[in-house]
Amino acid sequence: MKKLKGIKLKHRKNTENCATVDFPIPQKVRIPMSMNMGAACQPLVKVGDQVKVGQKIGDTDVPFSVPVHSGVSGKVTAVSDYRTAMGAVCKIVEIETDGQQTVSEEVRPPEVNDKESFLKAVRESGACGLGGAGFPTHIKLNPKTPIDTLIINGAECEPYITADYREMIECPDDVIGGVKMIKDMLGIKNAKLAIEANKPEAIKNFEEMAKNDDTIDIITLPSVYPQGAEKIIIYNSTGVVVKEGELPADGGVIVINISTVAFLYRYMQDGMPLVKRRITVDGNAVGEPKNVSAVIGTPFREILEFCKTDMDAMIKLIGGGPMMGMSIPDVEMPVVKTSNALLAIKSYDVSKTTSCIRCGRCVRVCPMELVPADIDRAYRIRNIDELKKLNALLCMNCGSCTYVCPANRKLAETNQLAKALIPRK
Amino acid sequence: MNKLIVSPSPHDENFVKTHSIMLQVIMALMPALGVSIYIFGPRVVPLTAVCVGSCILFEYVCRRLMKRDNTIGDMSAAVTGLLLAMNLPVTAPYWMAVVGSFVAIVIVKQLFGGIGQNFANPAITARIVLMVGFPTINHWIKPLEYDYDAVSSATPLVLAKKGEELPSYLDMFLGKTGGSLGETCALALLLGGLYLAARKIISLAAPLSFIGSLFILSWIAGDDPLYQILAGGVFLGAFFMATDYATTPITQKGKVVFGLGCGIITFVIRHFGSYPEGVSFSILLMNVLTPYIEELTRNKPFGAKEVQKNEG
Repeated sequence: MKKLKGIKLKHRKNTENCATVDFPIPQKVRIPMSMNMGAACQPLVKVGDQVKVGQKIGDTDVPFSVPVHSGVSGKVTAVSDYRTAMGAVCKIVEIETDGQQTVSEEVRPPEVNDKESFLKAVRESGACGLGGAGFPTHIKLNPKTPIDTLIINGAECEPYITADYREMIECPDDVIGGVKMIKDMLGIKNAKLAIEANKPEAIKNFEEMAKNDDTIDIITLPSVYPQGAEKIIIYNSTGVVVKEGELPADGGVIVINISTVAFLYRYMQDGMPLVKRRITVDGNAVGEPKNVSAVIGTPFREILEFCKTDMDAMIKLIGGGPMMGMSIPDVEMPVVKTSNALLAIKSYDVSKTTSCIRCGRCVRVCPMELVPADIDRAYRIRNIDELKKLNALLCMNCGSCTYVCPANRKLAETNQLAKALIPRK
Repeated sequence: MNKLIVSPSPHDENFVKTHSIMLQVIMALMPALGVSIYIFGPRVVPLTAVCVGSCILFEYVCRRLMKRDNTIGDMSAAVTGLLLAMNLPVTAPYWMAVVGSFVAIVIVKQLFGGIGQNFANPAITARIVLMVGFPTINHWIKPLEYDYDAVSSATPLVLAKKGEELPSYLDMFLGKTGGSLGETCALALLLGGLYLAARKIISLAAPLSFIGSLFILSWIAGDDPLYQILAGGVFLGAFFMATDYATTPITQKGKVVFGLGCGIITFVIRHFGSYPEGVSFSILLMNVLTPYIEELTRNKPFGAKEVQKNEG
């Protein structure tokens, strides 16, 4: 089997031993109607309405979407337009909390007896990929082709982030329970729990738990970035190559994030939808790095202050990891379903971009075996045929090329721009 | 509170920068330079200084005239100057060193767009221009005698061509033979090359296939293979010129092909040609072929569908 390329990053998992702390319910939450891939929801509440914990406050008829629930009880004070960190525009519901945290009558364990009712329950739970990409889970679990392997992604290959790791340590029973549940409901034979080698405690623990179940494999993956990328983790744990333009399901594989699995298991027990999530707060401007469990809609500012962040020195805020995370333009933006980390940075190296010296480092690290330097060159002269020949569309924006470039060329960024030039079928 | 910086990912970067890579190359050439001072005497120092200084000056003036960013800070001009010095005989006049620097920096490098854009190796091209254009430069002195006015002695390759008595393997490995400043001591060049490989600045693919193919071909043809790889500019060329970033292929496969080509051409020139040395010509010829090698040795992307021919 071919060894895929990648880079060794400093792990900086400073928070791996920080048990999750519950963040107090804020005075006010703002819940966007678009937090994941797929269509935005329409608000189901209006100004003045009383809402309760777990109540559905946004939904849409479009199948490729996920409903939105409130994590607090209180009064809706505003419904306005909002631009997400991705740049999409949607509605946002502002709720003033009453501190009672009254649970809605809607919250009850779903009735699940077959695949169809299971998938319906998954959608109603508001679940999407919690690893950061936010793919609607009910779509992922309903492929058109038969599946023989379920891969549970526990790689967490980005520096700093330990949200998934804490899930593995704090709720291992939910993880294993969730794996068994999904396997049973979808009739999948094998499950593979793929975890990076830098989490030995979790690996040992799961190996012990799955000792008597030979349908669940625990796989130790080398700590090489981007190990957790879908195509990479599939290849490294099963040998299946996902071809350009195909879905993992075409190769008989589904990859699902480990925290998502544990959440689904809990939802089937207590019926509480996705209204809270664990978020790793770190970065060199943060005084006390922590893992906090925050209600979705909590302003980032409050969480940063809770973690003693030097707000005056902070010059950059990243939602997600340093390699693929998004710049957050405004500290008042709220926690969303895909917020796995919040990194506040105070010193930030901005070196100048200079000419490509053709050292080949980008080629050496690209997990997809692309030639980012040539894509960069073809993009600058808008040579679309050359971009096609270079398979620019295969780039998954892992950022390794930009990271290693000694001339500081923004190769990953150019790759994305290049992809936009290529007409899609 | 500060206004937050918004930029695309990744938000982290490696500490290896262009100037640090160039600095490592300069460090790797230091053993060869040191040995050169020992073998060829004090004139090595001012000659090297003239080469490095004039390369940096030409780079600065050229960028200035072209109204481009000043790039002397990336140290690449200093590397070119040092490599050029390594390629000159110790008796080369200073003005010729300046002419060489002009060819390397202005004609070969900057007129094609500067760092990373040149198709031929600047130092190699300058060496060839000087050797062919000013044959009087080929004045080789005896090692360790520091007698710059002495009658020109011969380099090992010339001796071999004439069938005269040859220096021992050990003398050649340690560099106690005639030749240009930096090419005689295989040991020092090997140390520098291995240092660069260990720091992952260069790949050993091209040097190994270069030296390996020359060794095997000479052996088959009945020449003394060990002698062939130790003589002339093979080690300097293989480790420091055939590994140049801009003018050699980017993939490992391409680098192997490049090295093989250099080995074959060097062998052909030395064995069949009238010219005693073929290393610089082989590297220059392979530089020219590099775009084609790149085209033919491109990696197949992971999971890519076969690209349809006749497209576009």
